[in-house]
Amino acid sequence: MIKKLWPYTRGHRHFIVLGVLCSGGEAVFELLLPLVMADIVDTGIPAGDTAFILRKGLQMVLMALVSMALGIGSAFLSSRAGQGFGAQLRKAQYDHVQEYSFRNIEKFSTASLVTRLTSDCNMLQMSLMMGMRLLVRAPVMLVSALILAVSISLKLSRVFLVAMPLLLVMIALVIRYISPMFTAFQERTDDLNLVVQENLSAIRVVKSFVREDYEGKKFKKRNDALLEISEKAFGFIVINQPLMMLITYGTIIAVMWYGAPLVQAGDLEVGLLSTFFTYITQVLMSLMMVSMIMMMLTRAIACAKRVIEVLDEVPDIADTSADASLEAADGSVDFDHVYFKYNDTAGKWNLHDIDLHIKSGATVGIIGGTGSAKSTLVQLIPRLYEVQEGAVRVGGRPVQDYSLEHLRGAVSMVLQKNTLFSGSVRENLLWGDENATDMEIEAACEAACAWEFVSRMPRGLDTDLGQGGVNVSGGQKQRLCIARAILKKPKVLILDDSTSAVDTATDAKIRAAFREQLPDTTKIIIAQRIISVMDADLIVVLDDGHISGMGTHEELMESNEIYRDVYQSQQEGASLNG
Amino acid sequence: MAEKRKNGPHGPGGPGPRDFRKPKNAGRTISTLLGYVGKSKWLLGVVAVCLVLNVGCSIGGSYMLRPLINDCIIPGDYPRLARMLAVLAGIYVCAALLSYTYARIMVHVSQRTTHAIRQDLFAKMQRLPLSYFDTHTHGELMSRYTNDIETITEILNNGMISLISGGLTFIGVVAMMLYLSPALFLVSVFSMGLMMVVVMTVGRRSRRYFSAQQRDLGVINGYIEEMIEGQKVIKVFTHERAAKAGFDVRNEAYRRSAVNAQSFAGAMMPAMGNLSHINYALTCCAGALLSIAMGLDLGSLVVYLQYTRQFSQPISQMSQQVNNLLAAIAGAERVFEVMETAPEIDEGRVTLVRDGSGWAWKKPDGALVPLRGDVRFQDVVFRYVPEKAVLQGISLYAKPGQKIAFVGSTGAGKTTITNLINRFYEIESGLITYDGIDVRDIRKESLRRSLGIVLQDTHLFTGTVADNIRYGRLDATDEEVRAAAKLANADTFISHLPNGYDTWLTDDGGSLSQGERQLLAIARAAVADPPVLILDEATSSIDTRTEKLIERGMDRLMAGRTVFVIAHRLSTVRNAKAIMVLEQGEIIERGDHQELIDQQGKYYQLYTGQAELS
Repeated sequence: MIKKLWPYTRGHRHFIVLGVLCSGGEAVFELLLPLVMADIVDTGIPAGDTAFILRKGLQMVLMALVSMALGIGSAFLSSRAGQGFGAQLRKAQYDHVQEYSFRNIEKFSTASLVTRLTSDCNMLQMSLMMGMRLLVRAPVMLVSALILAVSISLKLSRVFLVAMPLLLVMIALVIRYISPMFTAFQERTDDLNLVVQENLSAIRVVKSFVREDYEGKKFKKRNDALLEISEKAFGFIVINQPLMMLITYGTIIAVMWYGAPLVQAGDLEVGLLSTFFTYITQVLMSLMMVSMIMMMLTRAIACAKRVIEVLDEVPDIADTSADASLEAADGSVDFDHVYFKYNDTAGKWNLHDIDLHIKSGATVGIIGGTGSAKSTLVQLIPRLYEVQEGAVRVGGRPVQDYSLEHLRGAVSMVLQKNTLFSGSVRENLLWGDENATDMEIEAACEAACAWEFVSRMPRGLDTDLGQGGVNVSGGQKQRLCIARAILKKPKVLILDDSTSAVDTATDAKIRAAFREQLPDTTKIIIAQRIISVMDADLIVVLDDGHISGMGTHEELMESNEIYRDVYQSQQEGASLNG
Repeated sequence: MAEKRKNGPHGPGGPGPRDFRKPKNAGRTISTLLGYVGKSKWLLGVVAVCLVLNVGCSIGGSYMLRPLINDCIIPGDYPRLARMLAVLAGIYVCAALLSYTYARIMVHVSQRTTHAIRQDLFAKMQRLPLSYFDTHTHGELMSRYTNDIETITEILNNGMISLISGGLTFIGVVAMMLYLSPALFLVSVFSMGLMMVVVMTVGRRSRRYFSAQQRDLGVINGYIEEMIEGQKVIKVFTHERAAKAGFDVRNEAYRRSAVNAQSFAGAMMPAMGNLSHINYALTCCAGALLSIAMGLDLGSLVVYLQYTRQFSQPISQMSQQVNNLLAAIAGAERVFEVMETAPEIDEGRVTLVRDGSGWAWKKPDGALVPLRGDVRFQDVVFRYVPEKAVLQGISLYAKPGQKIAFVGSTGAGKTTITNLINRFYEIESGLITYDGIDVRDIRKESLRRSLGIVLQDTHLFTGTVADNIRYGRLDATDEEVRAAAKLANADTFISHLPNGYDTWLTDDGGSLSQGERQLLAIARAAVADPPVLILDEATSSIDTRTEKLIERGMDRLMAGRTVFVIAHRLSTVRNAKAIMVLEQGEIIERGDHQELIDQQGKYYQLYTGQAELS
């Protein structure tokens, strides 16, 4: 795990090394201080040597200042290392996600990807930072304290030999018992939050069905479960401190008991004896810190696992066999006996033996029920998914021959689930072509029938859309997305049910504009309404991943039963909003 | 109305932003909080006693070093040493036991307290009017449960104890120091002043950096969320490079401000620690000099030095906890703000009762009025915000068993009308009656139970398919659930699911198609079997076959009931008894299909596809 994450410290490793040295140094200085103090007590006071005492005092102050400088240095260095590592890790994840194919994206839910890039990443950077500051201190302190203690008095040091293993075993035990409790705690917290989350989004359902009390009971069940585990987990944690205290105090008492004869015999001075007390407290304090940090690390490990999953996900579509300079010659699209399934292990093909040839500049309509794989079919054209068998060709060449940038530059697609981004109307449209002039933008908007409302907006193209385009209606959003796709001046334009919220008259206007303004662009239109595709050069009827029929409206009315059914049902139940 | 609320940049449970806003009315918040904590009064008494005793033990324990050194170790009096060490061991064991006792009790108290607060908050939230949810985002409300309550737990679990024991220790140590050597204490006062200054200046700066860090963290998290959500569009437009560039700028900004904030926060500990070492050195020197000049005994000096170490700790501890305390009070304030929001008004006293095979209204005087489903609006005026009337003087009536359809463009007020029938919102003026009774006189619970609603957006809960249908009527048997699903035409697709009715749904039924989700919503309303029905047809596009299924399901559901339907499909409207065409909060046309077509007005335009509707 560390091996996987270590590369992301690149460029910040000198901070790590220096920071670790600083916090180690700080720990050593902290331990040296009591030694000087012992000198004062044991040598200065009995001799009544004021100058000696002042000299030693000054030495102590200087040492404390050095130690402070080291400590502050460690804080500054570790925050640089931690934040630098975090920023790189976040960037690595984000950049890697940019390489994901649709299939990769679907493997993770949006929410979980966001958590991995935000809180998980923050947890890891925090761990590195705290680890550098505190985790180094403990071993350094432990070892130096032991060395110093032995050098003061070998006999007394034996007390440490008993206390320390005892302490380490205890810490290990605590961590072992506590981590499953905290995992459970986290799960139950998530459970509780889920109930709140669902309750909030479904509050109208709750109120309509008068389920307030039922929801309250549902919440209470989770809340009680959470209470139970948190009492258990936190109740267990609080044993930690008193136990540590007991060990500390026990050690102090032992040191006094065994130290007294040594003092009597003149083998040990009183000042050094009290130095021992100080060491004991310091070592134990830093071990206590370790046990706290270990708890944080157990959480960090879970985060690291999730982050590594994101980084390890292999993007399944890449430019490997592409010719970088190749551009699509025209807008012809061919499916040669294409088979496709989303899940490689699934037995059933989502698309079954699709053989479809579209001439450049043609208008093609695709009709079919939910689950008939209409969207799947068109998503193969810009190579959003990779086919398993057969070939998809654009401009006569297999899609794999083009770089993704050139392929997707030539094939413009308006997704069923449209997304606009925060920023102005103009900023959103420029996604299609970052160098587009206002004239071109206006023309694209005209073609998509978006100009009529954009021009009426208070600040025109500069109107802010807000996050997710919340300031426009569904139909307006769809038209902006179409304009954005047109601006790319694509060779193939695909609309995946992109005018569902647009009224029939506007829909017809958009289609007319396509005919007039984009005569050379191949237009592939998925629609629920037959009226939207009736005048297409070719209409494809999909049924459960198969092509059930192909032809013009008249031909299909003759030959295809599904088509006829759909047409007739739409005639009688013509829809109000289209 | 604002169905689509965004979650904040932080998912639930994640380490959220620390809020440094100052509490507005700390006194009231604290007393409310104390009200919760105070439920375990006698336990808190035990804690207080333990705490005082514990501090006494630790100060006394340190003091024992003096006689130990002066009277036992230096003269070599072993029996006395043994006795005194035994006493000391006793004191220490007591201290450990005491500290475990109060810590354990505090865990109990704090967990109970936050458990109670959470429960009350949730219960209260269920009683809030819908307008509250319109004006507060889900993310905001979620963070009451996560971040805010967490800060309260934190302060109750550790903070309070640290603050009190820190204060007690500080007082005790100061007293002991004064007792041991007033002269040395002067040295300590000097360094104490120094520490205070450091705490204040570093603290102030680090707070400023912290708020910059929180701001940039919010920006980067928001950006990540937006980009990840739009990832598919990025792919389609090969916009990866720009998306990366946008990320880099924000990532770097966050890194910079976080480095500053963390550097200062991290520097606090070594600064304080080493100041205490300097204090220790100064005290040591001064003590040594005093011991030479005035014969301060060695034991006292060693003990005093031990106290010096004990005394800087509470200062930094307390300065840390003060921040936590402020954060907790601010958090508690936000939680209590939700709890103090006025709940839905519900003073109606007419209730819904079963009357033989049908339903009836039971008036406060016991009189029974059979439920017929006669709904009337008289000059109803309503506004969501004071500036704009959404409905201006609506009058309409629906006779029992009639189907009333509303058509009109977005924002015309269709959904609002239905939201007023079940009293999701309060009207400004006018009157809405249900079987001749003012809806305000009907208990909300009864009113809503009499109305079945299928909302435009389907919301499903985590649980089985059967659970979700049963949400309509909790005591429905499996057969009833199945019957409702059959009526709604949902039975077929459900039986094709891997586990049929026991299929586990998560993520708002994410594995189901839009159409299937709607079928479940219809089944849910069907199992409730309400006398009056409100249908808000979904606009989302559904394939024609599923749409047929939904249509037939709806038709069966509507049979024999008074129905209000917000229609998007002509088939739904055409056989309605009355069609109301709404525009800007007014009914501009009304009549049946043929009448409206003959009028050649707005309805005619909609019908012929000349106007847009969504």
